[in-house]
Amino acid sequence: MTNILEVKDLEKNYGDFKAVKGISFEIKEGEIFSLLGPNGAGKTTTISMLSTLYEPTAGDATVAGHSITKAPMQVRNAIGVVPQDLALYEDLTAKENLIFWGQMYNLSGQSLKNRVDEVLEQIGLTDKAKNKVKTYSGGMKRRVNIGVGLLHKPKLLFMDEPTVGIDPQSRRAILDTVKDLNKQGMTVLYTTHYMEEAEELSDRVGIIDHGELIAIGTQKELTKQVGETETLVLHIGENEDPDALAKSIKGINGVLEANVINREIAVITPSAKDVLASVVTKANERGIKIHSIDIREPNLEAVFLHLTGRALRD
Amino acid sequence: MLKTFLIGLKDLKIAFRDRAAIVFMLLTPFLLTIGMGLVTGRFSSNDSSGALNIPIVIVNLDNDSLGDALVEVFNSEELADLVEPTISQDAEAARTLVDEDETTVAIIIPSGFTQSIFSENINQSENIQIEFYANPSRPTSAGIVKTILDGFMARVDEMRVGSITSVAQLIISGRISPEQANAVGEEMGARFENTSTDFNETLITLNTSTNETETNEVDMLAFLAPGMALMFLMYTVSYGGRSILAEKAGGTLPRLLVTPTNSMQILGGKVFGIFLTGAAQMLILIGATTLFFQLQWGDVIGVVLLVFAAVFGATGWGLFITALARTPAQVGSVGTAVMLIFGILGGSFFEVENLPVIAQMFSKITPNAWALDGFTSLAFGGNLASLTTPLLALLTMGIVLFLISALLFGRKNLVQK
Repeated sequence: MTNILEVKDLEKNYGDFKAVKGISFEIKEGEIFSLLGPNGAGKTTTISMLSTLYEPTAGDATVAGHSITKAPMQVRNAIGVVPQDLALYEDLTAKENLIFWGQMYNLSGQSLKNRVDEVLEQIGLTDKAKNKVKTYSGGMKRRVNIGVGLLHKPKLLFMDEPTVGIDPQSRRAILDTVKDLNKQGMTVLYTTHYMEEAEELSDRVGIIDHGELIAIGTQKELTKQVGETETLVLHIGENEDPDALAKSIKGINGVLEANVINREIAVITPSAKDVLASVVTKANERGIKIHSIDIREPNLEAVFLHLTGRALRD
Repeated sequence: MLKTFLIGLKDLKIAFRDRAAIVFMLLTPFLLTIGMGLVTGRFSSNDSSGALNIPIVIVNLDNDSLGDALVEVFNSEELADLVEPTISQDAEAARTLVDEDETTVAIIIPSGFTQSIFSENINQSENIQIEFYANPSRPTSAGIVKTILDGFMARVDEMRVGSITSVAQLIISGRISPEQANAVGEEMGARFENTSTDFNETLITLNTSTNETETNEVDMLAFLAPGMALMFLMYTVSYGGRSILAEKAGGTLPRLLVTPTNSMQILGGKVFGIFLTGAAQMLILIGATTLFFQLQWGDVIGVVLLVFAAVFGATGWGLFITALARTPAQVGSVGTAVMLIFGILGGSFFEVENLPVIAQMFSKITPNAWALDGFTSLAFGGNLASLTTPLLALLTMGIVLFLISALLFGRKNLVQK
C-alpha cells in the first residue's frame, strides 16, 4: 500500500512556545490512523498544519503527493476536514449548509444535489434536512459537521476529536460512521484523547505528548513496549494521602511503578495477583481505606502512563 | 468570482433570517420614519408638504419680464412653505447676509438679463447670468433653491434654443431671408415674454422638462426617510463586519480556509455580503416608503446609483470598524455608537446646516451626509449630474476605507495562515 500522507519533521512554534516539535510519520491508503494524546498535546495544531490552515514553522508533509507548503490548493482538494468545534451556519438548514459547503468544494448542479442527498442519508438526517441547524441536538449537529467533510469524497479525512462533548449514543453512531467510511476505502486520520476510541478504530496509533510523537505502531506493537505488565488501580477515600501510600508501594518487591493519578494509585507490575496482598497490607499499615481495586490488562493507557508517567486524562 | 458571489449570497440569506437584524435593518427605520413624520406633521393633513422656510434674498436688478417672473416663482403660494424670500436691490448687502449666515442664498438677477435672453441678435446674445451666491455651510437648503433656479433656467433655455432652431429652419426652408432673422427672432422673444406667466405656473410646481405631468412636491419624508434608512445602514454594515469576526470565532472561517477557496475569494465574499445586505435594506426601505407613503424619491437610476454608492461608502466604514475590533461584541458596540454619531452628524435627526461648524466639517466623513445630500437633490428634481459630488465623495470614501481596512486585516492575520 502506498502512503497517502507523509509527514517529515513538522514543527510549529508560537513565539517561544513549541506546539509541535518536529514530528514524522506516514499513513497508508485505507488506514485509520489515530493520534492519541491528552489535551494540549499538539493534535489540533498538527491537523491544522496538515490541512493547510497553519503554515508549519519547519518541515513539510505531502498529501496524495502534494506538499502542504508548496501546493496547498491541491492538498485541500484531496482532504476533508471535520474540525473539533462545530463549524456550521446555524441559521441555515442542514441541506443549505451541505449545499453551500459543497459549492466551496467546487461541486455544482446535479452532482451537488445527488451528493448532498447521499450525505444526508449517510448521516441519517434526510427527514430533518430542512430544519435549521440551530434546532438540532448536539449529536445531530456533530453529524452534519462530519457530513460537510465527506461531501467531495476526499481521499484523506481528518477528524479532530469529533466525539467531544456528546452523548454516548451519538458517540457510538459517529464511531460506526468512521468504520463505515473506512470500509468504503476512505483513509482517516483521527485525533482523540479517549484511549477506547483509538483502540476500537485504529489500524495504527501515534501517541503524542507535549508536541512530540513519543510512540507509533499498531496497538499490539505499542503495548509490547510496556512489556507483559498489568496495572492495579487503587481507589482510595478522599481524605486519604495517596502520595505516601504510592511511595511505600514502590518498595514492594515486584512493583515496577506506582503513580498517583487523580487520587488513584496506578501500580504497574508483571503480576497483579503476586503483589495484591502486599499492596493491601501497606494500605492497612497506614490506615488507608481502599474502596476498590481494578486490575487492567496492558492497553494504550498503560503505554501512555509507561512513557510519560501521567494518565491521558491529566 | 462565483465563490465570492456564493459567500455573499449566503450572508444575505443569513442576515435576513436573523429576526433581531430585521428589526434593526427594516422595522426600526421604517417606524422611526413614521414617528418623525407624525412629529413634523407629515401625516396630519392631506397636504403632504412640510415647512422648511429656507431664507433667501432675491436682488432683481433686471426689472424686466424674466427677472420679475423669477421673483414671482419664489413668491408663489406653492413654494410658501419651502422658501422665505426677501427682495432687495443691493447685491453687495445680499452677499453680506449670506456671508454672515443670515440667509441661505442670494439670487442676484443682473440688469439686462431679460434683454440678453431676447436680444435683437439671438445668435450673439450677451452672456449675462444670474448669480447664485450660496452659504457653503447650508448645502442641502442651497441645493433645493438651486434646483428650483435650475428648473427656471432650463425652461428659459428651452425656449431660447427653440426660437433659434425655428428661425434657422425658416431660413433653410427659404421662408425668410437671413436679413429677416433678427426681426423674426425679436417677434418670437416678444411672444415668449407674453407667455412667461404660463411657465411661471409650471415652474412653481417644479415640473421636470421631460414630463410636465410629474410633480416633485416638498415633502418632509424626503428628508426623514433617507435619513433614517442611512442611519440604520450603518447598523447593517457593522452587523456584516461583525459576521467576519463571528465566523472566525465560530470556526466557519477556518473551515472555509481549508476548502479549495483562496483567501481573497473569502474576504471578497464577506465584503460582497455586507454590500448586498446593505443594498437590499436600502432598496426595501425605499420601496416601502414609496408604496405606503407615496414618497417620490426622484430619478430612478439616480436613486439606484446613490444607494450603491452609499452602501459602498458605508461598507468601507463597516470593514474599518471590524478591522480595528478584536471581537464581534466590540464591532457591535462600536458599530452602534458610530451609527448614532453618524446619524446625528449626517443629518438624520437635524439638518446638517443647523449643527455647529465643527460638526458640519466632521459630517463630511459620514456616508450619511453625502448620501442625504444626493437623495434630497433627487427628491427635488435633481438629475444624475446633480449627484456627481455625492457619488464621487462616497466612492472615494469607500475606496480609502477599503484600502486601510485591507492593511489592518493583513496585520491582524485574519485570513492568513
